[in-house]
Amino acid sequence: MTAVVPEKKMIGASVLRREDRRLLTGAATYLDDLELPGCYEAAFVRSPHAAARIVSIDTSAAAAVPGVLGVWTGADLPEIAKGIPPKVVHPQLRDVPRMPLPADFVKFVGEPVAVVVATSRYVAEDALDLVEVEYDVLPAISSTGAALASSAPLVHDGAEDNVAVHVTQTAGDPTAAMDAAPHRLRERFTVARGGGHSMETRGVAARFDPTTEQLVVWDTTQSPHYVRNTLAYLYDMPEDEIRVVAPPDVGGGFGPKAQFYGEEAVIPWVARLLRNPVKWIEDRRENFVATMMERTQVHDIEIGFDDDGHILAVRNIFEHDQGAYCAGLQVPMITLSTLPGQYRIPNIHTELIACYTNMVPTSSVRGAGRPQAVVAMERMVDRAAEHLGMDPVEFRRRNLVQADEFPYRVGLTFRDGSPLTYDSGDFPLLLESTLDRFSYDAQRDLQRAARAEGRLVGIGVAAYVEGCGLGPYEGSRYRLLNDGTILVTLAAAPQGQGYETVYAQIAADALGMDMDLIRVTTGDTSRIPFGQGTFASRNTATAGPATLQAGQEMRGKLLQVAEAMLKTSAASLTIRDNRVEVTDDPTRGVSLRDIAGAANVGKHGITLAPGILPGLETTVYFAPERAAYASGTHAVAVEIDPETGAIDVLRYVIGHDCGNVMNPMLVDGQVLGGFAHGVGNAMYEEPFYDDSGQPQSTSYLDYSLPSSMEVPPVELVHVHTPSPLNPLGAKGAGEGGTIPVPAAIANAVEDALRPFGARITSLPITPPKIVDALSTDDLDGTGPWHG
Amino acid sequence: MPDQEEPVWVDTVVNGVRHEEIVDARTTLADFLRGRLRLTGTHVGCEHGVCGACTVIVDGAAVRSCLMLAVQADGAAVETVESLADGSGGLAPLQDAFSRHHAVQCGFCTSGFMMSTTAALREGPVTCARQAREVLSGNICRCTGYTGMVAALLEVGGGEK
Repeated sequence: MTAVVPEKKMIGASVLRREDRRLLTGAATYLDDLELPGCYEAAFVRSPHAAARIVSIDTSAAAAVPGVLGVWTGADLPEIAKGIPPKVVHPQLRDVPRMPLPADFVKFVGEPVAVVVATSRYVAEDALDLVEVEYDVLPAISSTGAALASSAPLVHDGAEDNVAVHVTQTAGDPTAAMDAAPHRLRERFTVARGGGHSMETRGVAARFDPTTEQLVVWDTTQSPHYVRNTLAYLYDMPEDEIRVVAPPDVGGGFGPKAQFYGEEAVIPWVARLLRNPVKWIEDRRENFVATMMERTQVHDIEIGFDDDGHILAVRNIFEHDQGAYCAGLQVPMITLSTLPGQYRIPNIHTELIACYTNMVPTSSVRGAGRPQAVVAMERMVDRAAEHLGMDPVEFRRRNLVQADEFPYRVGLTFRDGSPLTYDSGDFPLLLESTLDRFSYDAQRDLQRAARAEGRLVGIGVAAYVEGCGLGPYEGSRYRLLNDGTILVTLAAAPQGQGYETVYAQIAADALGMDMDLIRVTTGDTSRIPFGQGTFASRNTATAGPATLQAGQEMRGKLLQVAEAMLKTSAASLTIRDNRVEVTDDPTRGVSLRDIAGAANVGKHGITLAPGILPGLETTVYFAPERAAYASGTHAVAVEIDPETGAIDVLRYVIGHDCGNVMNPMLVDGQVLGGFAHGVGNAMYEEPFYDDSGQPQSTSYLDYSLPSSMEVPPVELVHVHTPSPLNPLGAKGAGEGGTIPVPAAIANAVEDALRPFGARITSLPITPPKIVDALSTDDLDGTGPWHG
Repeated sequence: MPDQEEPVWVDTVVNGVRHEEIVDARTTLADFLRGRLRLTGTHVGCEHGVCGACTVIVDGAAVRSCLMLAVQADGAAVETVESLADGSGGLAPLQDAFSRHHAVQCGFCTSGFMMSTTAALREGPVTCARQAREVLSGNICRCTGYTGMVAALLEVGGGEK
């Protein structure tokens, strides 16, 4: 595909955001700010047990509270008692229905079992306490190890074990290659759960119009069309009678808001029953127990390599915590194929065992299965280098896929069934650019000097690839409005990414017009029929090309109509401000308003003049051939306080390649924000569950989100290898800042602790773990540092 | 039932406008501002006083409006994010700096940062990155990584240029 960007004026410019003014002045409209006069408010009764049979629910006392409009249990709502289909499946998946409100069993703490609707949230919560649920408590599973143990209690009856799916992929002959490898190292790494923690929690509001029988649903979702389609299925309603709107202002997404939850099925349904608007705004306590999380995986990885540091084979078997139900297999399937990363590995065995546990279901959180794979791979690369006494950077150099090897076939199969193929990249340039900025050799000198003083300074590097810009498609619709401006409608919904700005930039170049004449609207299923949503760093590479192509088509139509109106040739026309003019004679022209009048408004009952197109709108759905691959390399220097186990990040450099960039300021913002999330995963965030499946960190006093004091300054280095898979050459930028941070920091910490031979195998790396590693590991002086 | 319906008078000046309202005693200041006065720029992020999204200024001090009852603002002067821009539509320097340094993404936490930094800047200048980070550390942002906020705060912090 050839790049057909006409003239780049706005694409690539750091345009300030149109969204900012309303956000900075308090004038934005988030879901809980919607004007819905007379709206009732809902609250959910949630299971306090990780596994239990529901014996009985008595709602009578709650229903009698003044101001309560109704209380419903799962048994009261048989019409919507259907399993919510998983988003991504696999032929071998043992799926278990996830009910909007389960009537018989609860499988995790926080699972909703009844809903109370009242005149206010205060009253609804009063009534919650009066709903009496009798439970028969059952044994619970709260780790993958417990789930996979022989004779483990079953999370779901009717099966022999707790395995949800078991998938193996291989490239080459990993068994023979591993057997023949001169060196083999093996380790087990655990990556803890972590949450999305958007500052705005989830929320849904709905209003049913009995006259039109249309249900309007406002939802903080990342995927309004997915919500509409799921509701149409659950309610057995035509999709056009359900309008799902993601408000223009949604307070962060990060993955969990791309999933569908029982609450989203219950609230519109009771709004319909009550013939009155109803809303539910998740509180933070609910968010901690009922919003999906990610990350927990246990990787058992072995690497085989030769004396020169060439990787010969990798075998990785990992356990994935699916939670109580399978909301989708996207995360572990991504982990499967992310493992090889930037390295040329001829023989690969990558094996997933996903299991059910009695914890809140897992789904994508920024990074989506990639940080875990990168931890496994990059940690073993460092171990292999250590084993050979080789600089870890030199080891990486010897194994990187080279710039002239693209498109590069990894040898595995991507989750869409196609051969896993990297479209473009320049990994050596990325590594060297990052190391240059980091002053790698000088940092090593500083480290040696620090060690001579007895200080624990370490350096870590981690590289990754990110399959992004995923299909199946995304759409963009243009319409010339009667006032002579252009409306661009996206199906995708933003959560802070700046779509209203960046898609206006793309549209401006596609149309050859000023941005001022272009407005972008998002996230409303009534405005564009098909869409997928915002996830997997996909929109710039899908909605972007759709916006480019639809805009070019619109320009063609505008010129065609102007040509007819001016009785001239389109080749000689120019769009200037709000007019189409004859290039050589700007006095001859028609305004966009005139064009709209001629083509869109017309004259009642009068035949269109020759050459005037009826109704100027264009819609393009862009379907990428396959995923584009962004890539990055991070380098970090840390110092450990041996007394407290505290980690001080001394220097952090991010090398980032997301192809062509639409708005550099916004891309930097994505990378920096993603980095903060990665810092949380690496050192702070851990939603801990005890053995009975009780979540133990359900407030921000126990679950540490990084503040400005924890997120260190970071330097960015950009490399741009355009994707050949779309005409913008774009890849995704949303997750690269997050993905390798846990691996890079773990590598640096282990490097800092190398004098003690201490091992870091569990993330997040907290001070107690460091102190433990220092006090228990290898104090007899036989570690590699001493050898 | 508990005495949740106990009505109380609140007489408070919000953004220079006096309001006399009857509210339930248990109504939080955040819910009062948002629900009763429809000043929805104040956002509720965690309801336990950590994230800082609901920060407003009460009698000159930055407070968490989710941890304060409306009735406690009786007789007090409250400032919310809606008060920062001047009436002619111009952004305050702090707001303008946040935009130019891309210190805003989803915007949900932004109001709280606006109010806590406004209160801090009234106490004295912010002159170095370390100090800026300390000022910002009472609020949580999940989108930006704080880099732009530090730059914005330093720009308007009144320190040596």
